[in-house]
Amino acid sequence: MTKTPILQIDNLHAGVEGKEILKGLTLTIHAGEVHALMGLNGSGKSTLAAILAGRDGYEVSKGTVTYMGHDLLDMDPEVRAREGVFLAFQYPVEIPGVNSTYFLKAALNEIRKHRGQSELDAIDFLALVREKMKLLELGEDLLKRSVNSGFSGGEKKRAEIFQMAVLDPILAILDETDSGLDIDALKAVAEGVNKLRRPDSAQLVITHYQRLLNYIVPEHVHVMADGRIVKSGDKTLALELESKGYDWLLKSS
Amino acid sequence: MSTSTDTIESLVKQDYKYGFITDVESESAPPGLNEDIIRLISTKKQEPQWLTDWRLKAYRHWLTLKEPQWQFVKYPPVDFQDITYYSAPKQKGDAPKSLDEVDPKLLETYEKLGIPLRERARLAGVAVDAVFDSVSVGTTYREDLAKQGIIFCSFSEAVREHPDLVRKYLGSVVPYTDNYYATLNSAVFSDGSFCYIPKGVRCPMELSTYFRINAAKSGQFERTLIIADDRASVSYLEGCTAPMRDENQLHAAVVELVALEGSEIKYSTVQNWYPGDEQGRGGIYNFVTKRGLCKGRNSRITWTQVETGSAITWKYPSCILLGDGSKGEFYSVAVVNNRQQADTGTKMIHIGKNTRSTIVSKGISAGRGQNSYRGLVEIRQSAENARNFSQCDSMLIGNQCGAHTFPYIEVKNTTASVEHEASTSKIGEDQIFYCNSRGLETQDAVNMIVNGFCKEVFKELPMEFAVEAQKLLGVSLEGSVG
Repeated sequence: MTKTPILQIDNLHAGVEGKEILKGLTLTIHAGEVHALMGLNGSGKSTLAAILAGRDGYEVSKGTVTYMGHDLLDMDPEVRAREGVFLAFQYPVEIPGVNSTYFLKAALNEIRKHRGQSELDAIDFLALVREKMKLLELGEDLLKRSVNSGFSGGEKKRAEIFQMAVLDPILAILDETDSGLDIDALKAVAEGVNKLRRPDSAQLVITHYQRLLNYIVPEHVHVMADGRIVKSGDKTLALELESKGYDWLLKSS
Repeated sequence: MSTSTDTIESLVKQDYKYGFITDVESESAPPGLNEDIIRLISTKKQEPQWLTDWRLKAYRHWLTLKEPQWQFVKYPPVDFQDITYYSAPKQKGDAPKSLDEVDPKLLETYEKLGIPLRERARLAGVAVDAVFDSVSVGTTYREDLAKQGIIFCSFSEAVREHPDLVRKYLGSVVPYTDNYYATLNSAVFSDGSFCYIPKGVRCPMELSTYFRINAAKSGQFERTLIIADDRASVSYLEGCTAPMRDENQLHAAVVELVALEGSEIKYSTVQNWYPGDEQGRGGIYNFVTKRGLCKGRNSRITWTQVETGSAITWKYPSCILLGDGSKGEFYSVAVVNNRQQADTGTKMIHIGKNTRSTIVSKGISAGRGQNSYRGLVEIRQSAENARNFSQCDSMLIGNQCGAHTFPYIEVKNTTASVEHEASTSKIGEDQIFYCNSRGLETQDAVNMIVNGFCKEVFKELPMEFAVEAQKLLGVSLEGSVG
């Protein structure tokens, strides 16, 4: 039996306002895998995350992105989410006055409706939320507050992972989830992500530093430079980068 | 980028549903304003001499006043001689004695507006006084309320049947000399609602007045007077709509509230006068004076308003906190879109000891709308330990609208504590994309964001009004409201 890939990016060229940022990126992710995408600032990592989630303003000039056998680029962002794509934001957005529980319940029920499942009522939803909070060792007060409003950097990142736990995606993209976290927060977030690993889903972890990969251990590590992947390897590649820096790769590419 | 902006635009461009015209024969005074017109209105309403004299005094005073210019709104000068000051649906024979005798066309109008007046269909738990142009066409549940001594009727009836109460309180909170539009109203006011809750009675149902402007070129000048006697309480709702017409129409109302010892008045408004079209043609000029007097100790007045209509809104529902320990509250959502302008806010005048006031104002600006909050917190020398908290938040949708805040604070007692918080935010593409990326559609996202922004005010509205208010804003009901 051949494994169907969850995500297949083939020779993707894309940019903003006529400026090409991704210049022929190719990447395949299978179920059960964790991939790390590393690279210097400006190499196009976050652009890729934005394009996968469907943010407006990016033009794809060439190449394809296939998600679970379908053309991902053809879907609206909310449809991608309902189909199981989840982006943990580098800078989670604050929505004052909108209760976190209410927000998450609305989101989950949109996804459930899309899958032909019945919507969860408040009681069932709360039970699910409690279970996930326990899993991630989070305090309930987070849910009583408005979405990301007045959260510290660490709280925002943990809230993202919590949303991921509740929405239960097939493909989770973590965009620099480690940035701005101290070591304890980093560990907590990474442990949460690890607990959410499943054989039928996949994670794409975008990071600048190797240190996150001490806690989230990827099967595959890719290094991006100038809009494409210049080297792929296993987790030892990340360690090599840590000791040698990016320069040796950029020179050889 | 374009998709979410388009959706925001289509969302705020909802059609005005209440713009129809009722085809009834009406009896109108000739346009223009002079002492004869005022005498005519007074005669039509079979008013006693003292009231006619009061109107004339107001008119003579009005002639000495100039239209205010300080508000942050722009409009061509109003020609007060081109307005019809009295217009009423023509009655066949005698005045209707009960709702059954009211012209079916009028009843239909209110049914279309969602306010059934007929006994069988009328709203449960809400007594309605329906005002059509210059007259009240009927009041529901009057008899039920009368059993508890509650008086709820049109202002004209009150003048005839309860002249002592009217004479005692009319102008006691907003004197006829108060301001340009209030003075004009005092001279020409037509109808409105009157409500008196006797000592110790908690009004068992919501009282409400529904104002409808129908006739062209007419102005509406209603007057509402609510008195809560000692330890009484009442919740009062006000709704308003008007047909879509190309010319501007003037609405200059006066509302007076009197709260005696230990009483509570909650006054809620969903204002949905015709706002004019996209180009700013037509729409109502809503120049209204609303003021409550917390006369007795520990009395409380709460103003809650959701202002979505009118071409121009100029109103500052205020509280005079005279009684020791009295409380004033003001919760407001004001929405401007297209070319609408609003200059609205409140005044909290602290005179008694230990008085408290709370102001929560939410302004939403879209299209080319201009939204101003203007509020005064005044702590007089006598107001020991007065406390005020004010919060003014503005939200911008799109980049051609404006939000402005004009807070005035005057403190003459050093024991006072006054807090003012203000914020301005913009519904960002980022917020919408964040919601999208969690599976929510753009329209739901905008609804959710706007609703979240207004939450503190919506939760102050009676349940039925909260629902209407949210529908008005095109927002979906958020679980915690009501």
